Amino acid sequence: MTANLSALFYLVSGILFILALRGLSSPETSRQGNYFGIAGMAIAIIVTFLSVDNFGSGFVYVLILLLIGGCIGAFIAFKIPMTAMPELVAGFHSLVGLAAVFVAISAFLKPEAFNLGNVGSIKLASLIEMSLGAAIGAITFSGSIIAFLKLRGIMSGSPITFKGQHLINLILGLSIIVLIYYLCANQSSNLFWSIIVISFLVGVLLIIPIGGADMPVVISMLNSYSGWAAAGIGFTLENTALIITGALVGSSGAILSYIMCKGMNRSFFNVILGGWGATDQISKSKKDEQKPVKSGNADDAAFLMKNAASVIIVPGYGMAVAQAQHALREMVDALKKNGVKVSYAIHPVAGRMPGHMNVLLAEANVPYDEVFELEEINNDFANCDVVYVIGANDVTNPVAKSDPQSPIYGMPVLDVEKSKSVLFVKRSLSPGYAGIDNDLFYRDNTLMLFADAKKMTEEIVKSL
Amino acid sequence: MEIDPFIFRLSIFILSIFIGYYVVWSVTPSLHTPLMSVTNAISSVIIVGAIIAALAGDVEKIFETSNIFGFLAIILAAVNIFGGFLVTQRMLQMYKKKKK
Repeated sequence: MTANLSALFYLVSGILFILALRGLSSPETSRQGNYFGIAGMAIAIIVTFLSVDNFGSGFVYVLILLLIGGCIGAFIAFKIPMTAMPELVAGFHSLVGLAAVFVAISAFLKPEAFNLGNVGSIKLASLIEMSLGAAIGAITFSGSIIAFLKLRGIMSGSPITFKGQHLINLILGLSIIVLIYYLCANQSSNLFWSIIVISFLVGVLLIIPIGGADMPVVISMLNSYSGWAAAGIGFTLENTALIITGALVGSSGAILSYIMCKGMNRSFFNVILGGWGATDQISKSKKDEQKPVKSGNADDAAFLMKNAASVIIVPGYGMAVAQAQHALREMVDALKKNGVKVSYAIHPVAGRMPGHMNVLLAEANVPYDEVFELEEINNDFANCDVVYVIGANDVTNPVAKSDPQSPIYGMPVLDVEKSKSVLFVKRSLSPGYAGIDNDLFYRDNTLMLFADAKKMTEEIVKSL
Repeated sequence: MEIDPFIFRLSIFILSIFIGYYVVWSVTPSLHTPLMSVTNAISSVIIVGAIIAALAGDVEKIFETSNIFGFLAIILAAVNIFGGFLVTQRMLQMYKKKKK
């Protein structure tokens, strides 16, 4: 296949990838969009085989490896529980990152295969592109591994900070740039390897200071990085499909990070520099005074909701941990039988990744037109009889609107306190991730339900 | 003077960032998780580079270091391609409208 023809086909697969993302603008078109994506990938792979035109024994190995990888991927895709989606995505990001590193290494070792010149005299631009691709890929890889370990609970979700952390990161970041400069000057492979090793280190150091509930930002950011790494490799290989895809993925991840930061009213740098919730002086100062709390049981909750005209459900990460989404759906079904109008309110940063709660509710067969975003539903709380908060905390805290001293001041929150009564399922009165007390617990119209989210919901179903 | 082909690629890159910007803003927030998994799958188009790397050089000498890195990258990318698209498909299958 001629180079021009294959370039045109790569363009086609780039366009199909754009259509795949475009399809996600509504659930109806999304499935079709996914097929566009698959078609784009198939075209890119077939065209590559035809243009390499090497159907010897190597080709057979490639097919076998493709099949092995495909089976592993398919197995994971079918077996993974929906609650584990954040760590799956983090794991997948690490693979893209590592693949980018491997391709860059290969291009460095055998540049003539990619038309980049010869060993020791690789074209300058290609050298910069491949080392950038390798560096970003390596950061994506090790960063995603740390994110994966934190999300999986293998590593503690609390931020790991030490003195001079940011200075070290800065020095390491600058040293990568200096090394790339010298690599361009003398093409030494030792410099190339050092760039990769330092980048692995930067990835680890970048993610360890970021706490568990900031993971939505981290995952989106790593998503973005994996895109930029792919684009870097795309420039090296002069491949349009890779360049287009890299740009799409890069900007997609960046937009998601932005949305997540806005959902917490924090700047991107504030999140990346990390350590939020490590300062606990605010919670300490309030710990001593005992404030009255009303608590109730499942029967009280069932009674309240059964007699309500409308109920809004506010799910959070706790629902995912307790795997309570199915029990919740049963509860809602029972309420609907009693003629109660039920809707769901999702805060942008609820859960551990963008859209986490929506997927879990979809898994439990909740129709997506009953699920609303913050802006869509926030005015409805005032006209609502009962709010059922399950596994959410900071995103309902009215302090964010009233107390300029609070670290979460200014963060958009769900106005749950405006409803006639609030049912708050929680195991204890302990503060949420931000380390601050939730004012909502002590309100007159709040009834605390101290129990595991799933158990409590199941008990309510029984009493309904 | 002739324009360096790099400039063309840079143009494609920058225009694609703009396309990405507008397309991603139009993605409904409830599909943000599938968005992440599908972007993950499509970024594995890096397999193109992996295949070139694996099949580079002499047909007889396919086990040089650079080829082996290519082979490894193929496995990683393949896990991602199949895993990413299938898990996206599985998620999208779950989004249903209210039964009337």
